[in-house]
Amino acid sequence: MKRGSTVNFDGVYVENTASVVGPKEAEGPLGKYFDKQVKDDLLGQKSHELAEIRFHITAIRYLMNKSRRKEEDVDLCIAGDLLDEITGASLTMREFDVPFLGAYNACATFAESLITAALFISSGKFKRIISSTSSHFSTAERQYRFPLELGNQRTPLAQWTVTAAGAVMLSDIPSKVAVKRATVGKVVDFGVTDGNDMGACMAPAAADTIVRHFSESGLKPDYYDLIATGDLGTAGSELMKVLAEKRGIKLGSNYNDCGAMIFNRVWQDVGQGGSGAACSSSVFSGYIYKKMLLGDFKRVLLVPTGALCSKTSILQGESIPGIAHAVAFEVVK
Amino acid sequence: MNAPDKEYLALVREKMPKSKHLTTVFRAFWTGGVICCIGEALNVAYSSVPGDFSSDDVAALTTITLILMTAILTGFGIYDKIGAYAGGGSIVPITGFANSVVSSAIEHKREGVVLGLCSNMFQVAGPVIVFGISSSVVVGIIVLIFKGAFA
Repeated sequence: MKRGSTVNFDGVYVENTASVVGPKEAEGPLGKYFDKQVKDDLLGQKSHELAEIRFHITAIRYLMNKSRRKEEDVDLCIAGDLLDEITGASLTMREFDVPFLGAYNACATFAESLITAALFISSGKFKRIISSTSSHFSTAERQYRFPLELGNQRTPLAQWTVTAAGAVMLSDIPSKVAVKRATVGKVVDFGVTDGNDMGACMAPAAADTIVRHFSESGLKPDYYDLIATGDLGTAGSELMKVLAEKRGIKLGSNYNDCGAMIFNRVWQDVGQGGSGAACSSSVFSGYIYKKMLLGDFKRVLLVPTGALCSKTSILQGESIPGIAHAVAFEVVK
Repeated sequence: MNAPDKEYLALVREKMPKSKHLTTVFRAFWTGGVICCIGEALNVAYSSVPGDFSSDDVAALTTITLILMTAILTGFGIYDKIGAYAGGGSIVPITGFANSVVSSAIEHKREGVVLGLCSNMFQVAGPVIVFGISSSVVVGIIVLIFKGAFA
């Protein structure tokens, strides 16, 4: 059933999740929830790009082992990351004998891959799909900003790309947590051109998706125990709340942001919080999913957000549009 | 293409945190000052070395020493921490220039010596070199034309 761009799912379940994080994420407030914490963010590789790929491989491998599934049990893997031409996910998948679809929606890639996977499963043609994303502070810094060792100052608006990989296994076999519905986002551009101010770029898209989610599903914000945006950061979340309220959706204390949750802004010196394609995937796989299994959260709306830009588009003066997709999870038994 | 939403951009300016200019200016002032004092100390030290150093030699030696120190600090991952605190204080002196070249070189070493390291070494420092050379040419032409006035 589909209304507007909101789709309801029946018979799509989260079979298991896995998350691997770097040292800074492990020190953060959610550290104990992640499956694996590594001490060296280079993981003994010769480049940070290879390290990010290693994170991604480890997450998928660990997910398969944890759920006692072999490669032949997995029908498809939908993965993405932030590296140029999503080489991170593509090179990860050469390690696996599993069909692969590459996805890219910047930091909203996780939602894109979850929605695609859920639709594939509800078509009845696919049984079990892994959707995963990775990101790495050092590869993102280099691609979008400056060399790591350059002695420059970060603006107070800047966010800290999460070094992690998160993977989720969806299947048609009933289990505790189900994927219930999703709202596909639109590209929204309010004309922000500051590449450091990702929160402000993405807030309008997040507000638009959240408002449409509630009007199309007929639900109220307090239906959910947690509404979590991907990586708006602390100040960006405030902007998003103002925009949503203008359109009649008032978000209360059940609202939070994965980027704001994963780090302690005060002592970890991360600007407005975490960001990156793995921000929402690791927080969902680590923290949110485990809290749902424990019964602390019964209904969760995850809204990963992405800023659609490249270094070239920013240098050429293009404004930075945002995108956000909402995916709702519910405890069903 | 949407027109920029002026109302939203105003909200962004109002809500988003701003740089603390007073703090950053103070930090830049004292760290930049310290780097200049180190340079001055080297200058004095090289001048008092027995031997035949002209004032030009001393200036060159001081510069070379500062650049070497920065390159080593950058290689050990210390200069970026100084820079995060000092901002302009450690960017403006010649040490900042050295840091920008060395950090780019380290970053791109993995793509090979020629197409990685060498072609990306001046990624950050390039504009400084271009503007430095261009402005010296312009100043040279002005001096040439008005030579009489400067004589």
